[in-house]
Amino acid sequence: MTLAPETTTLRIQLRPATPTTSAVSSSAVDDDWFAVCDLSMLIPGRGVAALLPDGRQAALFLDRAGRMYAIDNRDPFSGAAVLSRGLTGTHQGRPFVASPLLKQRFDLESGRCLDDDSVTVTTYEVRAR
Amino acid sequence: MSTTAPVGTGPRPTIVLVGHGMVGQRFLEALAERGLTATHRVVVLCEEPRPAYDRVQLTSYFAGRTPEELSVTDMEFIAEHGIELHIGDPAETVDRAARTVTARSGLTVGYDTLVLATGSFPFVPPVPGKDAEGCFVYRTIEDLLAIEEYAKARATTGAVVGGGLLGLEAAGALKGLGLTTHIVEFAPRLMPVQVDEGGGAALLRTIENMGLTVHTGTGTQEVVTGDDGAVTGMKLSDGSTVATDLVVFSAGVRPRDQLARDCGLTVGERGGISVDDQCRTVSDPQVFAIGECALASDGRVYGLVAPGYEMAETAAATIATVAATETDGVDGAAFTGADLSTKLKLLGVDVASFGDAHGAADDCLDVVYSDSRSGTYKKLVIGRNGELLGGILVGDADAYGTLRAFTGSVPPIAPEQLVLPAGAGAPVQLGPSSLPDEAIICSCHNVTKGAIRGAVTDHACTTVPEVKKCTKAGTGCGSCVKVLGQLVTSELEASGVEVDKGLCGCFPQTREELYEIVLALRIASYQQLLDRYGRDSARGGDGCEVCKPTVGSIIASLAPTIGAEGYVLDGEQAALQDTNDHFLANLQRNGSYSIVPRIPGGEITPEKLIVIGEVARDFGLYTKITGGQRIDMFGARVEQLPLIWARLVDAGFESGHAYGKSLRTVKSCVGQTWCRYGVQDSVRMAIDLELRYRGLRSPHKLKSAVSGCARECAEAQSKDFGIIATANGWNLYVGGNGGATPRHADLLAQDLSDAELIRLIDRFLMFYIRTADRLERTSTWLERIPGGLDHIRDVVVEDSLGICEELESLMTAHVAAYRDEWAETINDPEKLSRFVSFVNAPDTPDPVVGFVPERDQIKPDLPLLTIGTRPLEGSAQR
Ligand SMILES: Cc1cc2nc3c(=O)[nH]c(=O)nc-3n(C[C@H](O)[C@H](O)[C@H](O)COP(=O)(O)OP(=O)(O)OC[C@H]3O[C@@H](n4cnc5c(N)ncnc54)[C@H](O)[C@@H]3O)c2cc1C
Ligand code: SF4
Repeated sequence: MTLAPETTTLRIQLRPATPTTSAVSSSAVDDDWFAVCDLSMLIPGRGVAALLPDGRQAALFLDRAGRMYAIDNRDPFSGAAVLSRGLTGTHQGRPFVASPLLKQRFDLESGRCLDDDSVTVTTYEVRAR
Repeated sequence: MSTTAPVGTGPRPTIVLVGHGMVGQRFLEALAERGLTATHRVVVLCEEPRPAYDRVQLTSYFAGRTPEELSVTDMEFIAEHGIELHIGDPAETVDRAARTVTARSGLTVGYDTLVLATGSFPFVPPVPGKDAEGCFVYRTIEDLLAIEEYAKARATTGAVVGGGLLGLEAAGALKGLGLTTHIVEFAPRLMPVQVDEGGGAALLRTIENMGLTVHTGTGTQEVVTGDDGAVTGMKLSDGSTVATDLVVFSAGVRPRDQLARDCGLTVGERGGISVDDQCRTVSDPQVFAIGECALASDGRVYGLVAPGYEMAETAAATIATVAATETDGVDGAAFTGADLSTKLKLLGVDVASFGDAHGAADDCLDVVYSDSRSGTYKKLVIGRNGELLGGILVGDADAYGTLRAFTGSVPPIAPEQLVLPAGAGAPVQLGPSSLPDEAIICSCHNVTKGAIRGAVTDHACTTVPEVKKCTKAGTGCGSCVKVLGQLVTSELEASGVEVDKGLCGCFPQTREELYEIVLALRIASYQQLLDRYGRDSARGGDGCEVCKPTVGSIIASLAPTIGAEGYVLDGEQAALQDTNDHFLANLQRNGSYSIVPRIPGGEITPEKLIVIGEVARDFGLYTKITGGQRIDMFGARVEQLPLIWARLVDAGFESGHAYGKSLRTVKSCVGQTWCRYGVQDSVRMAIDLELRYRGLRSPHKLKSAVSGCARECAEAQSKDFGIIATANGWNLYVGGNGGATPRHADLLAQDLSDAELIRLIDRFLMFYIRTADRLERTSTWLERIPGGLDHIRDVVVEDSLGICEELESLMTAHVAAYRDEWAETINDPEKLSRFVSFVNAPDTPDPVVGFVPERDQIKPDLPLLTIGTRPLEGSAQR
């Protein structure tokens, strides 16, 4: 590790947003967070993809105000893992990303597709520490 | 041979139409609209080898409209209504006693009603040599095909006999075919019927400036031929001679009334089948005559399509009334004469005349504006009580639609203000809102302002295309479309429909307005623009997927001028780009990318071809030749892009911008260097243009091509800007498109030198970038902006807005600032760090991207895309 300013050493961590029924891990336990990368890797308004231990992929975003979001990286309409490469924006005060393939938009907080009510993608909680 | 029972053809009476021209087809439609095709058997005898086509737009064949595109006959319509259409089988005799018509094939058909719509034939003055090889007329598609073939094979000079409307069109066509062109007109001025002396003088100047030679006040005495019997020149009545290889006679038309004469129908002294107000022949109530072959009850033969349409409607209405009421139908529809208003574009010059253009009424007065510098001439004829009676417009006919609609009434503003050019003390713009409801807006289809308003208010039409469909307005000669657009907008606004022209939910401005803001205030930051000019609700937010790339593109287009970073991945700009621009490659359906190196003009050395082959082989890419004369390599993963490009850049390739809304390729044919027909070096020009405009960000992609001669092997007329070589330089076409809505490009300027060509393209592209909407190709832009091609020509050729210098300097700045995006990227470790599938596992490829073999190459492994997309069941493990 090189010597870097302190802020860049902040690590981004993820965990599934919905507490699951799994007995071994509960949301109260701190160690179900998965560290992904340094905060400095994110550009406001763009996403990156992260590979999770179970083989899933998460798309991680930073907005202009410094808030972070993470949803599943797979675009449910095409099956391709590309949501991290979409353009983000604000719709009626809520953050979204538009798929780069066929442009459907997904709410970054709820995972709900804004253009098709029946579709939702998984969301993750994000924190930096 | 078949024969149908004559006289009283049974339960389904028979209507026979002779002549399937524009008016004949309109008559069939009018029959169908009135349900007569259901109650009657309809038989059509068509002389020409193809069903009715748009004769008015005939000349557009030389601008690339194919005969099929010129057709006005919907074969489904013919079939659906059970119309028996006999193509290439003219009527030869009519037996009125037996009520039968016999065609050339021997077919004899009995009729209850016979309708003659045989049109006209071109009049050829009886001069010696008129039938020599190389003499033509200008009436049918076949005539044009013959002229084209002859011109290309064996002519360099052409002469048109007749300087009227059609003569000038024919002259324009000859010039377009690359011939040195002469016009010989017997009258002392051009277009003697439509314009007066002043108008003729303005027209003459403009046409001579285009390089045509006009001989007025002199007739053709003899066509001179050479030893092989082909035309070599003409002797004129003033004693002079004109050397020419080809002669087109366009000395007026005569009604085709021979068939009528032969069966004893009355014809006029100077020709034309005499008809009454119902378009019924005066000799036989069972026979009608409509269109150019008819001598109307006002004693005139109408050589225009709109009166012909009116006759078609009248005849159909009369037949319907007779069928329904068993009366003579006299009380119903009538044709008693028509307006001869015309607006034309001849050789690129607007010419319009309407109403009493020559001031024939008693006590009328003229208001004249004439500017010989610009070749503009406008005359209004004003009646005793101040009412507008008619007028002539040459050079600038923008006001035609409005003025014609005011004809017969007292205009709400002083007449002189109606003819002064904008900005010359003409503060008042006469909008269509000041027109009365009964004013005719579309004279081809007789549509009033009231009907158009009704389409908006009662039929909920909100766009011009919808109104066109609903009312037919604007679907004839098209001269009213501009007024139509203004009317629709003002009507929508009046009915309270808020037309939000904003770019998206974030910006209330149009793309054009944002461009102006960015340029004027030198704003190089998207966030700054959003926070200052965005909608209140959007300020401080993250924008959206519509405005981010749009603003990104504007900033990139203007980068050198406004002091922004030119490179699309720099700074804040990185977050604005679509994924394609972000990764400088084209995203494909499985998340992999394709790569297109620039191959300017499609010219490539064997060494470079080998490099592409090796790179594709080494990285296992699928290769395909594109339509733009380059090579596309598919199947690269994000993390492979820099490695592939390192090899390509090393071999001298640069980004082809296939991913950007920017210049794609300039295609070319081999041109003069190799091709025996070529007249210029099209490859060199294509390379020069491609290198000049590479990397230029624009509202949509830009395509171009250069052909080495008029054979057009590079298909330049389907491009945003296309160039065709001529013996004297280059012709520039703009606004072409392939794809889902093909459009042939329009000729913007001819015979340009290299420098003139480049200057004009610079201006054209920058004007497009400045004023187009987001994702609006040049073809739609050109059709949308008010004034269309004329306006664009005014701005970029005549510099009517005084902005050409600025447009040129913007382009100069772009050219000077160009850098290869890929060369910059592979030399910048920071930027390279983005090219990974996973931020936390840079060396791991995306498992969803996989390939399977097909035809010796790869294709995406689609089943991979469906694996593992179930919702999350267990929690993520550490
Ligand atoms: C180059 C050009 C440009 C023009 N520009 C304009 C313009 O800008 N505005 C305008 O208003 N008008 C214009 N006109 C005139 C316009 O085209 C005519 O007014 C219109 O076509 C008349 O229609 P029609 O059906 O009466 O005749 P046509 O279109 O001539 O149709 C008559 C048809 O009948 C056929 N026919 C003749 N005899 C027989 C027979 N015995 N049996 C079977 N078929 C027969 C002919 O072959 C022909 O196909 C232009 C004409 C030309 C040539
Ligand atoms: S356009 Fe002309 S010069 Fe070019 S290849 Fe075709 S024929 Fe030859």
